[in-house]
Amino acid sequence: MKNNTYDAIVVGTGISGGWAAKELCEKGLKTLVLERGRNVRHIEDYDDMKAPWELPHRGRKTQEDIRLSPVQSGVYNFHETSKRFFVNDLDQPYEQVKPFEWARGYQVGGRSLIWGRQCYRRSDIDFEANARDGYGVDWPIRYKDIAPWYDYVEPFVGIAGSRDGLPHLPDGKFQPPMPMNCLEKYVAERVNKGFNGERLIIHGRTANLTRQIGTRGPCQYRAKCESGCSYGGYFSSVSATLPAAAATGNMTLRPFSVVKEVIYDKERKRAKGVRIVDSETLEEHEYYAKIIFLNASTLNTTLILLNSVSDTFPEGLGNGSGQIGHNLMDMPYGMGASGTFDGFKDKYTFGNRPTGIFVPRFRNIDEKTRTDKFLRGYTYQGGAGRGRIGWGDGVGVQLKERLAEAGSWSMSITAWGEHLPYYENKVTLDPVRKDKFGMPVLRIDCEFRENEKKLGEDAMNSAAEILEMGGLKNVTTYDRGKIPGSCIHETGTARMGKDPRTSVLNKWNQMHEVKNVFITDGSSVCSSSCIPGPSVTYMALTARAVDYAAEEMRKGNI
Amino acid sequence: MNRREAIEKVTFLLGGAMTGSHAFLSSSFTFRGTRLLSEEQKALLNEIGETILPATDTPGAKEADVAAFMDVIVTDCYTPAEQRIFMEGISKLEEACRKAYGKKFGAISPALREKLLTDIDKEHIAYMAGKKSGDPVHYFRMFKELTLAGYFTSEAGATKFLKYNPAPGRYDGCTSEKPWY
Repeated sequence: MKNNTYDAIVVGTGISGGWAAKELCEKGLKTLVLERGRNVRHIEDYDDMKAPWELPHRGRKTQEDIRLSPVQSGVYNFHETSKRFFVNDLDQPYEQVKPFEWARGYQVGGRSLIWGRQCYRRSDIDFEANARDGYGVDWPIRYKDIAPWYDYVEPFVGIAGSRDGLPHLPDGKFQPPMPMNCLEKYVAERVNKGFNGERLIIHGRTANLTRQIGTRGPCQYRAKCESGCSYGGYFSSVSATLPAAAATGNMTLRPFSVVKEVIYDKERKRAKGVRIVDSETLEEHEYYAKIIFLNASTLNTTLILLNSVSDTFPEGLGNGSGQIGHNLMDMPYGMGASGTFDGFKDKYTFGNRPTGIFVPRFRNIDEKTRTDKFLRGYTYQGGAGRGRIGWGDGVGVQLKERLAEAGSWSMSITAWGEHLPYYENKVTLDPVRKDKFGMPVLRIDCEFRENEKKLGEDAMNSAAEILEMGGLKNVTTYDRGKIPGSCIHETGTARMGKDPRTSVLNKWNQMHEVKNVFITDGSSVCSSSCIPGPSVTYMALTARAVDYAAEEMRKGNI
Repeated sequence: MNRREAIEKVTFLLGGAMTGSHAFLSSSFTFRGTRLLSEEQKALLNEIGETILPATDTPGAKEADVAAFMDVIVTDCYTPAEQRIFMEGISKLEEACRKAYGKKFGAISPALREKLLTDIDKEHIAYMAGKKSGDPVHYFRMFKELTLAGYFTSEAGATKFLKYNPAPGRYDGCTSEKPWY
């Protein structure tokens, strides 16, 4: 038993688990970090340094990939050198009561290896949103509570971005932004002036390094992030937080460890530890600790909670509120517009920039921008560029010459919108079906409703207005018809709140009912916000929660 | 010996390097059985490719061996329906050649090859323009797409026709120099 006892246990090694590991270890706590998948070593286990001709399929996915991973193979950045970071869907089943694309990466580093890297702070229009319109429960925190923790995590992450002085999109501690290209600058000037500052185009804020941090970075402008980056050009648990945790000498990392449940001690009213199944030997083991951080990602954290049943908690650990598994949100996205531009014919772009431009929210931020059509708002990510034509009629020398010509400049912007928290959007456990580790299979029942639809329509039309104001021609709109889950921002199923009767966690991400269990992944949030890049908020919440937990331990409260 | 025992055995042999062995065993390396294209078909497809993208002061598609690329993609990445279109396309192209010039594609001059493929390209453009969603794509679309993709991702095409740059190191969003050529 002694060998199985630690000060702290962290479940999961993705964005938030990596931060929990780093912070706990740096506070001197002996920490066991559990990861259900295999180990991934920085640099050694990446496939990014291969030239296209060294890849058997030159980057393409195969029919076998599609057969083994029918969901994952549809994710936007699944390809030959990134597919090792996505799960085999046949091996790891889940049920779609309604269509739900669940992107998963089961390995050390989790989805931090394949994330989209955009990082935006939330503001009080996000933290006050539920209280204002009555959907969900009020966040128990406000911007002032989390701001110092954004300040704390951002310089370690390395975020390239501009300071724009917007109250609804707070500035952070950024590295220099990645520059706009000539068309983006041109369009931004026209839009910012044309809409009198109400609609703005600013630099994307991304966890790609424009300045070196230690041995990490800077970014080499290859835009191959999802293959892993041997330059350490973007932030991941594998490149950044886990090495920092390991450097303290306090971390024990155990891959191949599927956590089945949190063990509850009825007498002490505390969690005692966790029970895992070793995914290789299928043997079960128990590990014990004073505090437990659940960072298994939104839906898997929920699965662990619902599977942790006891006399005290027959409906799942700390589920007196009955809210665990409910209020699932993603973000409606994929509505936008694109257009072409006639000028800058003698200008090109050099390098592959792993980010683009950003349009901050401009609906429902104050009385002046209020719309009756829908609640809350949306933002856009996008960019302009110019590439080779790449295709042409005919064959022979004339075709070959034509393929070297540049096409015209074009630009597109795509919306990310807010998903309201609906109690009925939920995950539950299949009462019968279990996976090969004996874990119940998750049933996901989630949809977008009228508000998301109306918001999406407005986002699509406004995108066209913005591009037209920007001087683009041949502007056309699109709606990619994205289903829930495909934004990979699933959140909300173990929410924070002020009242233990209607929420699972308190304002410190601490379970109301089990004081030594903390949850700081996406399951903890009260609203999806329309600011993309939720990860930096999870990072800040994690560092804040660890600081609180360590202090509570010191005081002997937990 | 079941899979788990096999893994443990490998682990033992490697002195406990579980990560490496597991990574190898579990990642989706595709088993590649028999390829679809014969040597003869590949030789023909390299000639078709060379007609689409001929050698000039830079290499052509044949030097880039686009047929080997086509073989891998058609075998591993195409659906059975797409494979059928591709394989039947080889016969259709030979048939069109025989009809026009009374010979196999390999036996006619480069000029006639270009003429033939220009005609087939036009036919394919007209077909694709009138195609309804759900209709199969034209086989020549596949030949052409794979020739271009295979060429630009080959070492010859990427480094001698394009300016392959594995690590640009910076972003210049407004340069006067064409970055790829």
